[in-house]
Amino acid sequence: MSTVCASCLNILVFVTLQQRDPMLKRDGFEDILEERRNSSDLKYALRCYAPVLYKGVTPCKANMLKNIVLQSDQLRYVINQVSQESGEAPDIIQEEASVILEEMAHRLQISTVRFFAFALSKAFKTLFQHVCVNEEGIQRLQQAIQEHPVVLLPSHRSYMDFLLMSYILYTYDLALPVIAAGMDFMGMKFVGEMLRMSGAFFIRRSFGGDKLYWAVFSEYVKTMLRNGFAPIEFFLEGTRSRTCKSLTPKLGLLNIVIEPFFKGEVFDVNLVPISISYERILEESLYARELLGVPKPKESTSGLLKARRILSEDYGSIHVYFGQPVSVRSLAQGKVNRSTYNLFPRHIPRKPMEETQSFVNDTAYRIVRLQEDNMVLKPWVLMASLLLQNLEGMELSVLTEQTVWLRGLALSYAAFLDWPDHAPTAKVVSSSLALHRGLACVSGGRVSLVVGEPLGPVTPEEALFNRAVSVLSCASYRNQVLHVFLRPAMLAVAMHTAASSKKNEVYNCFSFLWDMFSNDFILCPGDTVQDFEEACYLLVKTGAVQMPQQDIVMTDIGQPTLSFFNGLLEPFLQGYQMLLPTLRSEHSVLCVFTGNLRCYEVLSSDMQKNALAALLRMDAVRKVKV
Amino acid sequence: DTVLAAATITMKLTSTVCFPRQEIMKWNGWGYSDSKFLFNKKGQAEFTGKRYRLSGMVLPSLQDWFENTFGASVNHKSPATPALNASAVPPASLNEAFVEDLKATGIPFSHEAEDRVFRAHGHCLHEIFALREGKKFERVPDMVVWPNCHSDVVKIVELACKHNVCLIPYGGGTSVTSALECPPEETRCIVSLDTSQMNRILWIDEKNLVAHVEAGIIGQDLERLLNESGYCTGHEPDSMEFSSLGGWVATRASGMKKNVYGNIEDLVIHIKVVTPRGVIEKSCQGPRMSTGPDIHHFILGSEGTLGVVTEVTMKIRPIPEYQKYGSVVFPNFEAGVACLREVAKQRCAPASIRLMDNEQFQFGHALKPQVSSIFTNFVEGLKKFYITKFKGFDPHQLVVATLLFEGDRERVLQHEKQVYDIAATFGGLAAGEDNGQRGYILTFVIAYLRDLGMDYYVVAESFETSVPWDRVLDLCRNVKERINRECKERGVQFQPLTSCRVTQTYDAGACVYFYFAFNYRGLADPVHTYERVEHAAREEILANGGSLSHHHGVGKLRKEWMKESISSLGVGMLQSVKDYVDPDNIFGNRNLL
Repeated sequence: MSTVCASCLNILVFVTLQQRDPMLKRDGFEDILEERRNSSDLKYALRCYAPVLYKGVTPCKANMLKNIVLQSDQLRYVINQVSQESGEAPDIIQEEASVILEEMAHRLQISTVRFFAFALSKAFKTLFQHVCVNEEGIQRLQQAIQEHPVVLLPSHRSYMDFLLMSYILYTYDLALPVIAAGMDFMGMKFVGEMLRMSGAFFIRRSFGGDKLYWAVFSEYVKTMLRNGFAPIEFFLEGTRSRTCKSLTPKLGLLNIVIEPFFKGEVFDVNLVPISISYERILEESLYARELLGVPKPKESTSGLLKARRILSEDYGSIHVYFGQPVSVRSLAQGKVNRSTYNLFPRHIPRKPMEETQSFVNDTAYRIVRLQEDNMVLKPWVLMASLLLQNLEGMELSVLTEQTVWLRGLALSYAAFLDWPDHAPTAKVVSSSLALHRGLACVSGGRVSLVVGEPLGPVTPEEALFNRAVSVLSCASYRNQVLHVFLRPAMLAVAMHTAASSKKNEVYNCFSFLWDMFSNDFILCPGDTVQDFEEACYLLVKTGAVQMPQQDIVMTDIGQPTLSFFNGLLEPFLQGYQMLLPTLRSEHSVLCVFTGNLRCYEVLSSDMQKNALAALLRMDAVRKVKV
Repeated sequence: DTVLAAATITMKLTSTVCFPRQEIMKWNGWGYSDSKFLFNKKGQAEFTGKRYRLSGMVLPSLQDWFENTFGASVNHKSPATPALNASAVPPASLNEAFVEDLKATGIPFSHEAEDRVFRAHGHCLHEIFALREGKKFERVPDMVVWPNCHSDVVKIVELACKHNVCLIPYGGGTSVTSALECPPEETRCIVSLDTSQMNRILWIDEKNLVAHVEAGIIGQDLERLLNESGYCTGHEPDSMEFSSLGGWVATRASGMKKNVYGNIEDLVIHIKVVTPRGVIEKSCQGPRMSTGPDIHHFILGSEGTLGVVTEVTMKIRPIPEYQKYGSVVFPNFEAGVACLREVAKQRCAPASIRLMDNEQFQFGHALKPQVSSIFTNFVEGLKKFYITKFKGFDPHQLVVATLLFEGDRERVLQHEKQVYDIAATFGGLAAGEDNGQRGYILTFVIAYLRDLGMDYYVVAESFETSVPWDRVLDLCRNVKERINRECKERGVQFQPLTSCRVTQTYDAGACVYFYFAFNYRGLADPVHTYERVEHAAREEILANGGSLSHHHGVGKLRKEWMKESISSLGVGMLQSVKDYVDPDNIFGNRNLL
């Protein structure tokens, strides 16, 4: 820390905050369902659809695309290589490649898209009050699509995400994306094919060392990208986040879409972060159960049909925010020396260089943070954060009062809060409670979490399970606000833990926390110092903390803020603390049952996984083969 | 039948007074004083003079093209300062002892402002722009000497060493790399060593087909004189009207017809160089040697940093019996490049094969003269062409390859067929001889057009690179796009013109030549803007696998990329040669390293 010039950093932090400061620049929203409620869905589904394309490229039929891929130098090279290694004839390998491609490739058909446009219009109107989109973002996207190949990078919270994305792009007459989807969908016979015809292409979840598979897959994606046939869409987080926290990004596909830029095959690639915020997630209670170890229901068509009962519920609004397109060229300026690609034939697959790897990793984190920045938060998110710090329940009036206080705090930390205009706070609180009546209830003026009533006699385990479901469901809302408060909250905890108020001691604690939590939260690699400065800046700005000389101390009015922040991270701290001793004993989770469990979140498989990863990373534990 | 009107610009010394070249050449623009483009009172473009095929012709479409392409107007003039303002030239700081000793040798010299300024620059945009604007010169040579032969040069270099005077060799003055610029930090007396009087063919050896020539000879004179004996070198860089043999050696020049004759490094058999350490030359004229690294390659491309090339023995060939131009139209640039690649693969490239992009094709159209037998043919032919064969060709996509075949008649015809057959497989259609010839005429007049542009707020420049075949298309696209983007970001108010052509084919790659121009109205410092954009374009070239230079050289303009290009060890190797040969930096133009 001492090596870094603090005043320079402050300027740096200030500048980055200004760049990222969403208060000034966030666009307004339009409700696209409004028009659907006032005009014919059929007409809408059948209307003329003529999107602008990348530099007027002529659209490429799915079959032609496959031929280009199969005949590419890249694939031919790998086919020969595999053939030499395996002793099989190249024809046979070629045939294998063709089969892989067949299994993978999309078959985008406008008629299917129209079918979805119709069906989803009906479904959305039943499920949601509003589907809001920032139209300026759409305009920026339209511009970007014409100029450079575009990669759409939405956040991933629900199965709905990619249908919703295509639905919106169709609505605005934008080029339909091709979407990387997990193979699991293929299990849904009819639906899998429908998705394929609406632009999904399917990739195996793991194909480790399968060279041929990787070659087909990456060449398929790159061919679409290089030629600008369609925007490419995938989820950086790799899978749906069951906790509503952003997941640390996966790099495979990002590597693939960025490489053509490094190799000079395209002038630039635009990455568009998209934040999809659900007021209520369709999978809400499923997720909590999954986190507690109830296996994820296998994707099946009949399962989907059973899920129809979902249709009778109110899921509030969806906000979709199309962020500013990020130019890979600008990002890479000065970070990656493209001429290092000059000395190797471009069609021969190569592991990315270290410089490139760290650039891609960094980029992935930045994009996920941009997604987080533009996530729309509902009042309920604030209420859930408060309720989780008061599991025994709260007076409604206290909850209301504290929610108002927290709103102010959130706004001063640049949260993207969707707070109803001109509505009295009591009304806002009560309507939030109404929408989420499955999670919290008011009785006798007290608000508390709803615990599902099981049928028949209840074992202690079942009771605990139900309680945990309710806490984890609620936590998935609190988690949505974490990215806003994370850095100041870690500082608050660091101040609380540090032996003194000396800045460098606080920093050491902060740094430890930062490191420990870097699987659980989106913390850009190498940003520890910057995050620390940002946290200081924010806490000083909001008056919670003073920094006389080399100290960091709480102000007279800082108490509520700092204690809220401590409470916010407490479940994580407790969880990690509890997991460490349980790792030593062989009956891990049982210990938790018998003990006096104050922290339900430790039961979440997500937290266990992240904590374990952190402990491994920090050399606190190591894997032993038994 | 050469495209050029044969006119010599070199003059013999008749007395100690030197005939300055600037009497027939522009002091602040390209080429001959009598030849230039202008818009006449009717607003029509004309090319003046009598030297070129296009001379004396009216070009009715040029104004429209010019105004539409650049958003310029013939009503918005940006005229040049009419004459050199001698007060803007720093006074000569002479080394009196050197001057005294030089006088004793009888070698002519001058310290007139005009002579010094004329040799203080090449033809970079910023150099010409500054001359036109009448800007104050920071540093120009303090005097000019005109050696008449090798031994004169030896004397001058000895005196320079003795008196610690800085020498800058000057050949044709066509450098586009700031190579002739005097380093502003140079405090010694700077002497420009003008080789123009060393312009004789000393002997021709018909048995071995080599000629021994003084290095100051200008390209067109060399060809003309050899032609008189039935020979040619076949070395025809685009600058051959003005550039010198010594300059070619010093910059590793490349000629249009290198496919038949080779580049300069293939053509030279023997080089004589005067350095501060003495004279370097080989002891025999063996056609190839295994005697360690070829010392010629220290000289080739040394850009005047090691010494003065005084005499060169060079391969010659009998004048070809038959020459035929040709052209092929392709539906788009991709098809054209694919065809050139195939031609290179089959190693059947004609003497010259060049592929112009659509922008240059359109530009060529704009230079259609009003009356001329050869051009009328072309216009009519082209019309027919459009109606019949061009169907399906998008006029905003199509590109033209120009061809030049040489050899005996039968073989040329055979060769021609082979190339056209290859072209056909890439959708190429033969588009006539006239079209091809026009393409090569443009090569020589295009430099004059920059001066016209500068009269109307348009700045322009060209730059080049060489690149492996598989990256040609990507490089062209990315560089053009980078230029467009940089112009926008740097406040250029009008869409720039970016155009490229593939000018040479090799087994493993091609040479790509870019033109870049924009209307600079509204810019405070157009030259600076231009330089930043060119800088960005060069970075883009390097990032896309292109070389720092194919034939222009490095000079001072591209020095900053040398380490990246040839590694710091490589730079060290060159530096150690420099340190050995010229420890006192007598040849102090500071090019290259």
